[in-house]
Amino acid sequence: MSVLNPSPTGLQPILKPQAHHAPGNFITKYIFSTDHKVIAIQFLFTTLLMMIVGGALALAVRWQLAFPWESMPIVGPWLFAAEGGQISPEFYTMLFTMHATVMIFLVIIPILAGTFGNFLIPLMIGADDMAFPKLNMLSYWFMWPAIACFGMSFAYAGGPAAGWTSYPILADLPQAAPGSGTAQTYWLLGVTFIGFSSMMGSINYMTTIINMRAPGMTFFRMPMTIWGLFITAILQAFALPVLTAGGFMQVTDRLLGTCFFYPSGLVINNAAPTVGGGQALLWQHLFWFYSHPAVYIMLLPVMGMVSDMLSCMCRKPLFGYKPMVISMSAIASLGFIVWGHHMYTSGMNPAVGMAFMVATMMIALPSAVKTFNWTATIWGGKVQFNTVTLNCIGFLSMFIVGGLSGIFMAAVPVDVYFHDTYFIVAHFHYVLFGATLFGVFAAIQFWFPKMFGRMMNEKLGKTHFVLTFIGANGTFFPMHFLGMQGMPRRYADPYLHGYLEHLLPMNQFMTISAIVMGAAQILLFINIFYSMFWGPKAGRNPWHATTLEWTAPSPPPHGNFDVLPIVFHGPNEYAVHNGDHDFLMQTEKECQPPKPAEADENNDTDNDQEQSS
Amino acid sequence: MGKGWCLFFLFWPIAAVVSCAMAPWIGWSFPYDNAQAASNLGIRIDGLFYLILIVTAIVFVGTQAAIVYALWRGANNREERADCVHGNHKLELVWSIIPGVILLFLAIYQMNIWADFRIKKFYPEVAVKAPIAEVTARQFEWRFRYPAIGKKLQQKPQPDDLHSVNELHVPFGKPVMIQLRSDDVQHSFFLPALRIKQDALPGLQIPVWFEANKPGTYDLVCAELCGWGHYKMKAHVIVQPEEEYQEYLKTLTEQQFYDGLGKIAATENGSESEATEK
Ligand code: HEM
Ligand SMILES: [Cu+2]
Ligand SMILES: [Cu+2]
Repeated sequence: MSVLNPSPTGLQPILKPQAHHAPGNFITKYIFSTDHKVIAIQFLFTTLLMMIVGGALALAVRWQLAFPWESMPIVGPWLFAAEGGQISPEFYTMLFTMHATVMIFLVIIPILAGTFGNFLIPLMIGADDMAFPKLNMLSYWFMWPAIACFGMSFAYAGGPAAGWTSYPILADLPQAAPGSGTAQTYWLLGVTFIGFSSMMGSINYMTTIINMRAPGMTFFRMPMTIWGLFITAILQAFALPVLTAGGFMQVTDRLLGTCFFYPSGLVINNAAPTVGGGQALLWQHLFWFYSHPAVYIMLLPVMGMVSDMLSCMCRKPLFGYKPMVISMSAIASLGFIVWGHHMYTSGMNPAVGMAFMVATMMIALPSAVKTFNWTATIWGGKVQFNTVTLNCIGFLSMFIVGGLSGIFMAAVPVDVYFHDTYFIVAHFHYVLFGATLFGVFAAIQFWFPKMFGRMMNEKLGKTHFVLTFIGANGTFFPMHFLGMQGMPRRYADPYLHGYLEHLLPMNQFMTISAIVMGAAQILLFINIFYSMFWGPKAGRNPWHATTLEWTAPSPPPHGNFDVLPIVFHGPNEYAVHNGDHDFLMQTEKECQPPKPAEADENNDTDNDQEQSS
Repeated sequence: MGKGWCLFFLFWPIAAVVSCAMAPWIGWSFPYDNAQAASNLGIRIDGLFYLILIVTAIVFVGTQAAIVYALWRGANNREERADCVHGNHKLELVWSIIPGVILLFLAIYQMNIWADFRIKKFYPEVAVKAPIAEVTARQFEWRFRYPAIGKKLQQKPQPDDLHSVNELHVPFGKPVMIQLRSDDVQHSFFLPALRIKQDALPGLQIPVWFEANKPGTYDLVCAELCGWGHYKMKAHVIVQPEEEYQEYLKTLTEQQFYDGLGKIAATENGSESEATEK
């Protein structure tokens, strides 16, 4: 595309992608594509596929908790013929490990950064592609070795058996979990590969956002979505190397006996005493130094997207744009100094725990500010009750619970009781399922027309939302009560303990809710595949939104914009008098005087741009 | 249409609040009788929990109600356009400072409890002077090592030490301290009734103190994933009056050192004369 427009930073012409040619054949167009939109869609389908896998694993976990040691219907006899269809405790361990691994590393992180990051960054900042298209392609293709490694690791009997947190010594020494020898190493390699993938993505996103913004797109005119993705990319880039290093250390511990993480003199499983000199706590520090920021990596993009979507659906400017940006940055920077809240009971110096406690308490503040701002955005709006809005409200409603339960756990003395109980499980499902996934559902519905040029079905979307929302609350809310009663997480059979015996009915209720929730996802898939081919055609701007991607055709061609956008305003100019509409696109210079209904707004926009460029 | 959705979003917070309010009455709250912690420290921790619960409940109800109300208004909005407001500086300040102050208060308020609980300087002196036992977690059981009657717990195992598995007896009426360690992987010493949890870390010895406020038998479970048998590290802590506790130690001594001749097998220190068979 044209290189004539100077970028706001002056750097753009140098860093423009090497004007790669529109791809010719099928393979370069759809498989090894360097087009950010195709890569985004590849990420979308891969992560949705992985969501089915992760969901199936979750249902198996829930089955065991509701009907311990009973044969799973249909798949049980086939999978575990040797155990008479029962899930063995070893396999239960593998199930929850892989569930978390798949959901975190193969669904949530890649669907946010990979799908929406890839799709939206160039479109929303008015670039024609990413800064490094080849790197972008690689970042997708590095997911597959990761998937292969995780798959191989799961295929070994004894499998990855140390939870997604992979704490040594259990994860560090093969003899600690019989059968986990090669499996755990593969698991670590999988994490490493997915780390490479994220890293390539995040470098690309940072570069693109810093250097390739359209003329006029200053930082404080960027949509919140871009802010979310930008800050996420920064978090990734700074936190991820620590995990990668830690992962390598664990691999060398396993393969070369480097003993970073195990002390000497441990007798594990009747093996010879270890010769070491390491410290298991080191891993926890390294791991959480990445993984606490990672939980925000799994949320900030959604916070951004929801801000834009809510504002559009309420036809009202986002309340407090700058405070939203500032609170997001505060979350990100505080996020680096709170990792110790996962380690209150770990045996680290308790005085340090106090410092982490104060930081953690304070991180709840920006989250609260954001919640208030979203509510204020709805306040006085003209709310369109469509699937996008409903999912956004679902996000908001459930994020509040997750944020508030965070305060209990931030309080050290209370967390001593709650740590590693189901209360934690409730907390992170409220933020990760409740907030992130509902945000993702909304985002899929919202940007689907831009991705595929067709609208998604509203009836299916709403039904999907209602069932998922009820199912999610039915599954995750009672987890708070399980936690209060002291039910530890990762127990194959909690009812073995006297004080937990009576929890079976509650667990059965939750499992039934989970099945409803799982089944509801079928509607999502039907909706996506049906609408891709038969949904009503969407114009350029079906939602009457203001940001740049809506000036491009749907779906945007190779190179994205037919008219290079120039930006004049902040991202959420709704509720204005602009001709006959109530919104002002970022590319429109100023509001038109009211005029009788005329040609459609896209042409207006295009003309406008042509005049001004 | 819109109003129906408002009711939908109203329904679940109500269900949540109702179920939380019901929880203590139907046994969904803390375990054991009346959801009361079995230690004074535990009661303080619960107090902190309830304080946070009140604060969060108010915020929860307030925000959910505000959202539903805003939606309700949004659904009925007959105006042609929404209100054009971009923000409000004062409001931002108000809703940053108020929660900030509350959070800071909670942070400072809880420091005492944490200090009494885990900072060594504040450990009760009686407990520190005579650690009662060494607790060793291993796949998948708990092992306890008491010093011989009348002796002090030594760092290294002694020949006259007393051992038991999955059953820890402690005397009632005074704070007790254990030395927590692990033989193999990580475990976590979790006593739900006393609100105690501490990870057992290979290579470290971690002192943990607690004091039950009523005698009884309490579940001891493992709270840190330690392998396939994690769920079955079932043990009990039995808090009993001092005499019964001494009695227990005696039986333990007899079981371990009875040489079949009516004598307790000799140990280097010649403690045999103290405990003869009755
Ligand atoms: C309001 C802000 C938040 C606070 C104060 C908070 C606090 C905490 C604390 C203290 C823990 C450790 C609990 C324990 O293991 O004992 C925790 C765990 C966790 N949090 Fe949060 N959190 C907040 C928001 C979030 C968000 C937004 C996410 C994700 C999107 C998140 C995801 C998680 C996850 C995944 C874990 C559990 C990790 C594991 O042990 O497997 N949290 N949180
Ligand atoms: Cu965290
Ligand atoms: Cu365990």
